[in-house]
Amino acid sequence: MSKIKTLEEAYAQFKDNQVIAIGGFLAVGTPEALVDGLVNSGVTNLTIIGNDTSYVDRGIGRLVVSGQAAKVIVSHIGTNKETGRLMHTGELQVELVPQGTLAERLRAGGAGLGGFLTPTGVGTIVEEGKQKITLNGIDYLLELPLKADIALLKAYKADKLGNLVYRNATRNFNPLMALAADFVIVEAEEIVEVGELDPDAVVTPGALVDMIVKA
Amino acid sequence: MADTRERIVKRVAKFFKDGDLVNLGIGMPTMVANFIPPEINVMLQSENGFIGIGPSPEPGMEDKDTVNAGGAFVTILPGGACFDSAMSFALIRGGHVDATVLGALEVDEKGNLANWIVPGKMVPGMGGAMDLVVGAKQVIIAMEHNNKNGAPKILKNCTLPLTALGVVKWIVTELGVMEMTCDGIVLRELAPGVTVEEIQSKTEATLIIPDVIGTMED
Repeated sequence: MSKIKTLEEAYAQFKDNQVIAIGGFLAVGTPEALVDGLVNSGVTNLTIIGNDTSYVDRGIGRLVVSGQAAKVIVSHIGTNKETGRLMHTGELQVELVPQGTLAERLRAGGAGLGGFLTPTGVGTIVEEGKQKITLNGIDYLLELPLKADIALLKAYKADKLGNLVYRNATRNFNPLMALAADFVIVEAEEIVEVGELDPDAVVTPGALVDMIVKA
Repeated sequence: MADTRERIVKRVAKFFKDGDLVNLGIGMPTMVANFIPPEINVMLQSENGFIGIGPSPEPGMEDKDTVNAGGAFVTILPGGACFDSAMSFALIRGGHVDATVLGALEVDEKGNLANWIVPGKMVPGMGGAMDLVVGAKQVIIAMEHNNKNGAPKILKNCTLPLTALGVVKWIVTELGVMEMTCDGIVLRELAPGVTVEEIQSKTEATLIIPDVIGTMED
């Protein structure tokens, strides 16, 4: 069965209460057409995992502005005033996670790990509610894996099996989310025939990808 | 007197050695890149996923896929390398980054750093700062010596929520260069025209004054 789908077929996957991981760093590497579909779908009570809440009019931040996100799990919200406002009014739950910890939590989620120990956040409010473990005299926080129902990724090129390559700064969280979600939808700038991508250059194996749409 | 910020970033650039991998924070630290001595090769990491930050592109030559961690258009130099966020922070947390330069809201005598949140006022999130200061081999703070109200930022104890415990190695301000040691903060250099009395009067922490204090060149 072909993984190449229309945007409408991709949008049909969206449902209320889903946890959705969306690639991108300040909207660079974010699949904007898939975010368009998510906004237009009107599904609500979403938990959104991403690096940041980007901008009010670009990237993941649009789901904050639309009120569809009930919770965001991100490392940074400073470029989207609406995130801070809704956090203060209590309409949006914001879990701030150090960026490296966020990346590793997704990696752990996708790699079958039960968690990991990191020195990041020790002695800060990040350690609240977490188990602290001392090994060889160094304090670490036990951080737990993150998983999503759906991942929305942006690729530079996808072949028809879903093998992906990214370009420059767009890679960021995309390959990690490909592993950490039950269902993976890719928005590719270009879709090429099987065999056109050098296997050595493939970053995300197509086996992880469920649907491919053209950007 | 040279522009305050320019004096600070020029001095910071002198910390680097040939072959260093360096991560520059957003804002004033980014300006350090303009003053790295041409005789040394320093690779700059961008935590959104590459090594080899080059100059800003010419107008009209911006590439939508090539931005720094502040979202500004940049270029990637020949010899650069792109990677995902787990690799980026493995480089950072794993001690592969030789130095990071960041601003600060507060620093204290124990090397504690606060630079990510002012509760109730400014909650941008920590981004990559907590990982950077824990993992980089050298943490260099580049900041104005006092805040906008003239209050000290180098304190006996930080009052704001911390970014990390005991991580700061160097503090560079327009008044001087200070080194964090196990005994406290040692004054290593003074900017031209600045006295020991002046810098101490603008600092809440007690500075350790060695016999020889260098001059912070413009």
